[in-house]
Amino acid sequence: MNAEKLNWLGGRKGVLGFVCLALLILVLLPLTLDIFRLNLVGKYLSYAFVAIGLTLCWGYGGILSLGQGVFFGLGGYCMAMFLKLEASDPISTKIQSTPGIPDFMDWNQITHLPFFWVPFRSFGFTLLAVLVVPTLLAFVLGAAMFKRRVGDVYFSIVTQAIAAILSVLIIGQQGLTGGVNGITDLRTMLGWDIRTDSARYILYFVNAALLFGCIALGKFLLSTKLGKLLVAMRDKEERVRFSGYDVSAVKIFVFSVAALFSAIGGAMFTLQVGFMSPSFVGIVPSIEMVIFCAVGGRMSLFGAVYGTLLVNFGKSYFSESFPQVWLFLMGALFIAVVMFFPDGLAGLFERYGAPWVARIPFAALRKRVGLAPSGGPSGH
Amino acid sequence: MAQKDFVLTVEDLTVSFDGFKAVDGLNLYIDQNEVRVVIGPNGAGKTTVLDLISGKTRATGGTIKFKGLELTQMSEHMIVRAGVGRKFQTPSIYENLTTYENLEVSFPRGRSVFGAIAFKRTREVDERIRQIAEEVFLGDLLDQTAELLSHGQKQWLEIGMLLMQDPELMLLDEPVAGMSVSEREKTAELLGRVAKNRSVVVIEHDMEFVKNIAHRVTVLHQGKVLADGSMESVQANPKVIEVYLGH
Repeated sequence: MNAEKLNWLGGRKGVLGFVCLALLILVLLPLTLDIFRLNLVGKYLSYAFVAIGLTLCWGYGGILSLGQGVFFGLGGYCMAMFLKLEASDPISTKIQSTPGIPDFMDWNQITHLPFFWVPFRSFGFTLLAVLVVPTLLAFVLGAAMFKRRVGDVYFSIVTQAIAAILSVLIIGQQGLTGGVNGITDLRTMLGWDIRTDSARYILYFVNAALLFGCIALGKFLLSTKLGKLLVAMRDKEERVRFSGYDVSAVKIFVFSVAALFSAIGGAMFTLQVGFMSPSFVGIVPSIEMVIFCAVGGRMSLFGAVYGTLLVNFGKSYFSESFPQVWLFLMGALFIAVVMFFPDGLAGLFERYGAPWVARIPFAALRKRVGLAPSGGPSGH
Repeated sequence: MAQKDFVLTVEDLTVSFDGFKAVDGLNLYIDQNEVRVVIGPNGAGKTTVLDLISGKTRATGGTIKFKGLELTQMSEHMIVRAGVGRKFQTPSIYENLTTYENLEVSFPRGRSVFGAIAFKRTREVDERIRQIAEEVFLGDLLDQTAELLSHGQKQWLEIGMLLMQDPELMLLDEPVAGMSVSEREKTAELLGRVAKNRSVVVIEHDMEFVKNIAHRVTVLHQGKVLADGSMESVQANPKVIEVYLGH
C-alpha cells in the first residue's frame, strides 16, 4: 500500500471511501435490483453530480448556488437536442407538414430548424456543448458577480432568479424548446437504442464511471493548495485577499467546476431517462439538489452521493407508500437533518462509524508491514 | 517636498464618506527600516489610513506612492503582491486550518487558480514555514487547529502569515490588543527583529508598547496629522495633550 502516492485521493480514508462507494454502486446495487430500479438509481446518481459540485462550491467555498438546475438542465438539453434530431429523421416524421424537424416544432407551425439547433446534428459538437455551454455560462455569471463582490445571500438570490428565468424562457418558447413538456420521445444515440435493458445497464455503468471521475477530480482539487484556499476564503475572505490572492478568480473557478459537474449529470440524466424538461431546471429542483448535498454532509464528496441516494430513495418510497403525505415526510427528513445532524450523513459517519473503520485495517496493516504503532485514532 | 527615497509617500490623501472626511489632506512619509506608530483618539481615521494604503477603501483624492507605484488605483491583491502586508485589528486567521496550513497558504507562490493547483509543498516551503513559526513563537504548535490557539497566539500567527510574504512594508492594526503583559513584551521584541529589513506602520493604543517600538510617532486627529516626531516630542506637544494624552 503506498499511501503517499494516493494522497491526492484524500489518503487512506479517501481510498477506503472510494472502495465502499464502488462496492455499493458497481456491485451491490446492480446485483440486487432489477433493471427498472437500477435505472432509477442511475437517474438519482445523475443528480449526485450536482451534489458533489455543490460540496465543492458551497461546502468548501461557501458559495451557495440555488440555481444548479440551470447547469444540470443545460447539459441535459444539449444532449436532448442531439437525440431529438436523431429521432426526427425525415422518414419517421413524414406525416408532419415539415418532415425532418422535431415534432413539437411542427405543432408550433415552425417550418425549418432554428439556427441554434443545427450544430446539434453533430455528436462531437453536442459533447463539447454539454461540457462548454454550462461552464461558460457559470464563468460569465461568476465573473459578473464575484468581480463586483456580490456574495453570500445576494449571490444565492441571483442564482435562484436565473433558474426561474431559464425555466420561464424554456416554457415560453414552446416551438424552440418543446415548452413545458420538454424534449421527449428520445430513442437512439448514433443508432444505438437507449431504451433497451442492455443499453440501460451500459449507461448506468458509464454514469457511475463518470461520477467516480468527478469525485476523483474533486478530491484532487481539495488536496491541492486550492482546497485549502477554499476553506480559507470561507473562514476569512478578506485575509485571503490580503495574502495576495484574487479571491474572485478562485470563486469563479470553483463555481464553473460545479457547473461542469452538473452539466455532465444533466446529460447522463437525459440519456438514462429518455427526456428532458423544464421541471429539472427551475427553482424547486435546484433547491432539492442543495438538500441532497446538505443531507449527505456538505463537506463530504462521498456524503453528497449517499445523501442524494437516501433522499431520492426516501422520495420514491414515501411517494409509493404514503402518496398523500409523502411531501410532508420529505420535509420532516430535511428538518431532522438540519436540526440534529448539521453535518449530514458524513458527520454521523465521522462520529460513529469512523472509529470502527479506523481500527480494522490499521491493525491488519501493522501486522503485515511490521510498522511501529503510530498515533492513529484509537476509537472511543 | 524633497525627493528622498521614502518607501511610502502619502500626499494630500483624502477620503470622504457621504461628505464626512474621515481622512483629510493627510501627508505621511515612511522611511526604509522605520517603525512608525500612528496614534490618535477613536475616530481619528487611523484604521481608515491603513484601509486606504492597502486598497480596502478607495481614496477620494491624493496619492499613495509605494516604491514608485501608485497604490490608489491598484486592487488589494496586486498591492499585496507589490510588497505591502496588512494585519487586521481582530486576528484574522483561518480557524479551520492548522497553524502550518495557515502559513502555507500565505506563502507567496501559486497565487493564481492554476498556480494553486500545481503548488507543491517543497523543502524550501517547509523550511520557511518552520522558520517563521519559530520566529513568531509557534514552533511547537504547527499541527494545532488555529481556532484552538489563544488570542495572543492568533495575533502572532497573523504576523507570521505576513512574514511569509516577506513584505517590504507591513501595516499592523493593533497587534497587541488583548495580549497579556508578557505577550506584549515578546511582541515588541518580535517587531524589533522583523523591522530590521522592512518598514512597519503600527496603529496602537498601548503607550508602553508604543514607547518600546516606535522610531517615530504620528498623531492623527479628525483625519489630519496633529503632530509628528519622536515619542518624547509628541508627548510634550500641548495640542496632543489636549486632544488625546490628557484624557
